[in-house]
Amino acid sequence: MNQPVINLSPKVSDEVRKTTCYMCACRCGINVHMKDGKVAYIEGNRDHPVNQGVLCAKGSAGIMQVNAPSRLRKPLKRVGPRGSGEFEEIEWDEALQIAADWLEPVRQTNPEKLAFFTGRDQSQSFTSFWAQNFGTPNYAAHGGFCSVNMAAAGIYTMGGAFWEFGQPDWDHTKLFMLFGVAEDHDSNPIKMGIGKIKKRGARVIGVNPIRTGYNAVADDWVGITPGTDGLFILSMIHCLMKAGKMDLTYLAQYTNAPVLVINNPGGADHGLLMRDENGKELVIDRKTGKLTPFDQPGVKPDLAATYDKDGHTHRPVFHQMAEMYLDDQYAPENVAERCGIPAKRIRAIAAELARVAFKESFELDHTWTDFRGEKHTKMIGRPVSFHSMRGISAHANGFQTCRALHTLQILLGSVEVPGGFRFKPPYPKPATAHPKPHVGMNAGAPLNGPHLGFTHGPEDLALKDDGTPARIDKAFTWENPMSSHGLMHMVISNAYAGDPYKIDVLFMYMANMSWNSTMNTRGVIDMLTDKDENGEYVIPKIIYSDAYSSEMVAYSDLILPDTTYLERHDCISLLDRPICEADAAADAIRWPVITPDRDVKGFQSMLCELGAKLNLPGFVNEDGSQKYADYGDYIVNHERRPGIGPLAGFRGENGDQAGRGAVNPNQLDRYIENGGFFVEHIPDGANYYKPWNMAYQDWAVKLGLYDAPLPYLFSLYVEPMRKFQLAAEGHGERQPPDHLRERIKATMSPLPIWYSTEEDNHAKDYPVTALTQRPMAMYHSWGSQNAWLRQLHGHNPLYVPTKLMRAHGLQDGDWARVTSPHGEITVPVLEMAALNENTIWTWNAIGKRKGAWALEENAPEATRGFLLNHLIHELLPPKGDGLRWANSDPITGQAAWFDLKVRIEKAAAPAESQPGFAPIKSPVGQGPKDLIWKVGQ
Amino acid sequence: MHPAPSVIFFTTFSGLGFGLLFFLGLGYPSVTGWTAFAFFVIAYLMAVGGLMASTFHLGRPERALKAFTQWRSSWLSREAWCAVGALVLMGLYGLGLVFFDARWTALGLLGALLSMATVFTTSMIYTQLKTIPRWNMKLTPLKFLSLSLAGGALLAGQVSVALVLLVIAGLVQLYTWVEGDKALKASGTDMATATGLGGIGAVRAFEPPHTGTNYLLKEFVHVIGRKHSQKLRIIALGLMTVAPVTLLALPFSHVLGVLAIISHITGVLTARWLFFAEAEHVVGLYYGKR
Amino acid sequence: MTTLPAKTEKKLGLVIDLDTCVGCHACVISCKGWNTENYGAPLSDQNAYGADNSGTFLNRVHSYEVQPAGDAAAQLIHFPKSCLHCEDAPCVTVCPTGASYKRVEDGIVLVNEYNCIGCGLCAWACPYGARELDQAEGVMKKCTLCVDRIYNENLPEEDRQPACVRTCPAGARHFGDLGDENSDVSKLVAERGGMDLMPEQGTKPVNKYLPPRPKDEMPEFDVLAPFLEPVAEEPKGFLGWLDKTLEKL
Repeated sequence: MNQPVINLSPKVSDEVRKTTCYMCACRCGINVHMKDGKVAYIEGNRDHPVNQGVLCAKGSAGIMQVNAPSRLRKPLKRVGPRGSGEFEEIEWDEALQIAADWLEPVRQTNPEKLAFFTGRDQSQSFTSFWAQNFGTPNYAAHGGFCSVNMAAAGIYTMGGAFWEFGQPDWDHTKLFMLFGVAEDHDSNPIKMGIGKIKKRGARVIGVNPIRTGYNAVADDWVGITPGTDGLFILSMIHCLMKAGKMDLTYLAQYTNAPVLVINNPGGADHGLLMRDENGKELVIDRKTGKLTPFDQPGVKPDLAATYDKDGHTHRPVFHQMAEMYLDDQYAPENVAERCGIPAKRIRAIAAELARVAFKESFELDHTWTDFRGEKHTKMIGRPVSFHSMRGISAHANGFQTCRALHTLQILLGSVEVPGGFRFKPPYPKPATAHPKPHVGMNAGAPLNGPHLGFTHGPEDLALKDDGTPARIDKAFTWENPMSSHGLMHMVISNAYAGDPYKIDVLFMYMANMSWNSTMNTRGVIDMLTDKDENGEYVIPKIIYSDAYSSEMVAYSDLILPDTTYLERHDCISLLDRPICEADAAADAIRWPVITPDRDVKGFQSMLCELGAKLNLPGFVNEDGSQKYADYGDYIVNHERRPGIGPLAGFRGENGDQAGRGAVNPNQLDRYIENGGFFVEHIPDGANYYKPWNMAYQDWAVKLGLYDAPLPYLFSLYVEPMRKFQLAAEGHGERQPPDHLRERIKATMSPLPIWYSTEEDNHAKDYPVTALTQRPMAMYHSWGSQNAWLRQLHGHNPLYVPTKLMRAHGLQDGDWARVTSPHGEITVPVLEMAALNENTIWTWNAIGKRKGAWALEENAPEATRGFLLNHLIHELLPPKGDGLRWANSDPITGQAAWFDLKVRIEKAAAPAESQPGFAPIKSPVGQGPKDLIWKVGQ
Repeated sequence: MHPAPSVIFFTTFSGLGFGLLFFLGLGYPSVTGWTAFAFFVIAYLMAVGGLMASTFHLGRPERALKAFTQWRSSWLSREAWCAVGALVLMGLYGLGLVFFDARWTALGLLGALLSMATVFTTSMIYTQLKTIPRWNMKLTPLKFLSLSLAGGALLAGQVSVALVLLVIAGLVQLYTWVEGDKALKASGTDMATATGLGGIGAVRAFEPPHTGTNYLLKEFVHVIGRKHSQKLRIIALGLMTVAPVTLLALPFSHVLGVLAIISHITGVLTARWLFFAEAEHVVGLYYGKR
Repeated sequence: MTTLPAKTEKKLGLVIDLDTCVGCHACVISCKGWNTENYGAPLSDQNAYGADNSGTFLNRVHSYEVQPAGDAAAQLIHFPKSCLHCEDAPCVTVCPTGASYKRVEDGIVLVNEYNCIGCGLCAWACPYGARELDQAEGVMKKCTLCVDRIYNENLPEEDRQPACVRTCPAGARHFGDLGDENSDVSKLVAERGGMDLMPEQGTKPVNKYLPPRPKDEMPEFDVLAPFLEPVAEEPKGFLGWLDKTLEKL
């Protein structure tokens, strides 16, 4: 036949530049295909440890992001009232001078008057370094409203959590159980993992009120009642313990289950772990029957033996667990209704966990030596693995729920074993190896240490001498003693209320606080625009940096425009949130694969400049000149400890050292040659049992992850929590305020518990739970300015379960009024059958304010799209005691987004989603009508 | 299907035009000179105008000539050939009638045949589409042909023939609706076969691939209410057949004749709008729509 | 050209695993990116930043809720759909200009855009919605199975596969010769009961869909589920059991 001749081998690109994606926080490697110096096509980098070549919709749509019409072009100075969107463009010199003029007096007089918070920032080791040098105690990133419960519960319990901390052993696991929405973190690796285990025909169990995404492909879906995951998990723990289906050897050797708990009712040490003079936890050795530190050679800790002393019987942690979890309150029959899961199903799942963990167990032939010096010839596989992220975190009982999940994994002996959950370097790293929070302030000088960390008792709280909170967000206070990531969601609210104090400058990065990144959007807008009796703004000065014309821009006084992710240096550092895999340490860079066509500066580079202008010690040379020309310069030349810098790869003068080594001036080039990343593999035999495996410990020291081997026991029993309870019981010098005593006693149980958050959220009058999740093709509000992605998700219906649709006479396309104790919205609804029958949900952050993101004002994001944020308050509904109770987890301060309770009713269709907001003036105009995109010829 | 005006005008007027040419080719009315010229002008305005209208729905009308290449397999290509053939032959034939007062009978017959072939090929463009069960039946060409003939007879002033043909066309149209309403179901294509998921349970469309619209939805998914369509059917049939037949049955006058023609054309346009608007493309099933 | 070849040397196509697709739209955008920059006219977008935004896509992911009989939970199935490169491709034979054709060597259905007049008839003839008329260029666009990738000597061997397959994070898309019964894709289809969409349309699609595996079928047991037989009813008894068990270890 006479077919047209087509060119089957067209030129793909002039050049491929390999860097790291930033369309979400997944940090995949990307190949950026260039034609005529422009981005022509983006695909995944096959060699990259995170994504191994695959790439999600967001990543492939990067080309629309770096060319988005909403990009800010030049520094802006507000000229109209806050919120009007009226700005004038200024030069960088002027912009940085304004910032310095605002910040310098704050630094010299009272550094706490600067609140410096970063949103979707992944350079926290750098930004916190900057804030430390400035001297303000008020620094954090966005973890407090994201997933701190998961991270903190994991680190306190076992020295690491999910995502950046670890991953299922995808190659060996035979049962994967997923709790809650998890599509938005570590998204490609999880999809790859699910694909892998599906290929093997292994079972996936999804526990989520909503059956979308990963839950849609789960073999079994458990449409649980939101907020009851902890109870469900404890019920499975009940079943497993009752049946003796636990890995007793594992529990005895690697966890604090055998550690003795001091029994001294009424005493100041009651409930603390028994320790020797060196602070080592004590156990009874099964062989000798004697009390001994847990880590001595040859010790076989006994889970059952008790110890009598001073007229008291001191029992091991495991006894307390048995007593607690064998209680009938956790029997499936007694939790079934509350969880919305039939008792039989709870048992079936528990039985399946037990079957796979113990009947499908297997062994890998690896010889390894544990920290007691015992040599093992095999590694025993427990092929059950779990994953969870924000779904179970974002509740006021989230910390304990996450703890329960980790406890379940540990009982099955499936953490850090073949087929189970595996840590990624620099984890495992116990809470005790992390810094403690620091708030020691001296005007004109740096802070006395890192801001964020882990508290181990009342002595570590960030309180002033008068007992009031030292931090503006009240992190590490009695309200939330273990708030390891800070509470970004409380900053504006507290600063506005002057509780604990007023501030002068609010400096934020990539945080859309006047829209989707805040609770109580309307209220926050008012706080940002409200003036005091002198006619000054209550929050006097706001500096904001973002690459795009987000809603927050209009509410700021000075805009320092950032670059897009392809125009900048970044490092995804082992000091911070690296891209390691269970078998390797890895880090990565971003580098400017294109040059900005606008007058913008990378945020971190700008901070290098501003830091020097402010004379911050870490940012100037001895002669007072600027130390780091830009962030790239910092990445290469900064040393945190001698020989340890932001990047672990290609160190030393010849670039042949990994982890530790002198500064290599050519380090960035070496990264670029290597595809933008660096990988150092963990040797065979060192890659399981990492917390206790001496080969791993030695490797980690060599790489600079630790300075000395750091074996430790998993904390089924978290002793610091007991210390806070003791304080609440009246022991110790630092005492909580009376109104918090009962709550601390009730919630800070050192063994995981479950408590309902329904009453605080008035569930009686608002019986339906309302949830949000991110679509996999869209991340944050950024996605909606993306011409390709916004076609996928241009507006967000409210999904309502069939039963509620019928009960309220609703049909697809109708509108409903949704009311919470805090506010109401009127939005379009669609029916969904595969949904918990008492839960409604929508996609997060699709709704837009008119005038933002360079969209036309009639864009569907602004007319049909909506935010649930209007229904959620940063405070709980008033309790009548005049106190401000945060809508947060009482342990970590995690924003309790998913505790939202509402009621729903049919409403007449309004012209647009309600509440409506007046348009803001776009500082960048609007995008073009049509796109006919082709870079090459 | 999207009832695009270009296609409605094209099929309606080219049908009428070629219908008229058919009768002219057969020698009805037997006219020559300027009277013939007038008839031919009307026929050509309609046939050529219709064809011109059809090019408005092309993405690249400047390449329209390429449509002549695939006559072996494509009904659209065949239609192009038939149309050109009919117009050329009938043009020559018309030249004879107008300028030479000559009737080249064989040429006329051949032209008439090609005129009907054009209408037939047009109808086959729609009939061949298995994707649109409402069109994918033998009644479709019959409907196009009967309407073209009835309209042609009407335009040609062949009152008695027109009376019969109008009634036939009306009945065919009626029957098409009755059968058409059953066609999608009878085709066996539904959401279960479209997705292959029917074995698990009842299939319902959840989130569409895009929250916005797209070419497929604009082109293929047009939802009209059942009540609305029943009303339009009555109007179409009334204007297309009942009114012209009534008007023709009255003592003949040119005014009534013109009224009958206008009524008929309006009726056919309405029916043709329905022909598209009511047609369910199976691709709609993927969007949970029909 | 509008006639179909009697036989093609290969039957290249996709196998899409509905049991694994999580509905992430990665394939949709990867396809958009590659085909905007490559084969033929770019895939344009209209009202890109306004209301009624739309654009040309060659691959779209639908989702369906399926309600099994009885009181089983509803299921949600993500459903990517692009050209199925049918053996009896009705879109080809209706083309009046010969722009649409099915390649003899591999069975890929393509549009020669220089010959396309944008009449839309091929899209009318396609039951699957696989063809979209680009509103800017006025020509018909469709999946090319990345014909400019799969043989492209400028790409490393391992990358010579359609963009959607290369990018799919869950590995739910497979590419190969479905005419070769020994190919990986053919074996997968045989193993998993790969199915045709709308078989009654008689198009004989080359692309196959692997049906979702049965869901929610974990057996539910009573109190005495295997593996959950209690060792003791009371904490005290439990500790006794524990002691005994530890002895044995």
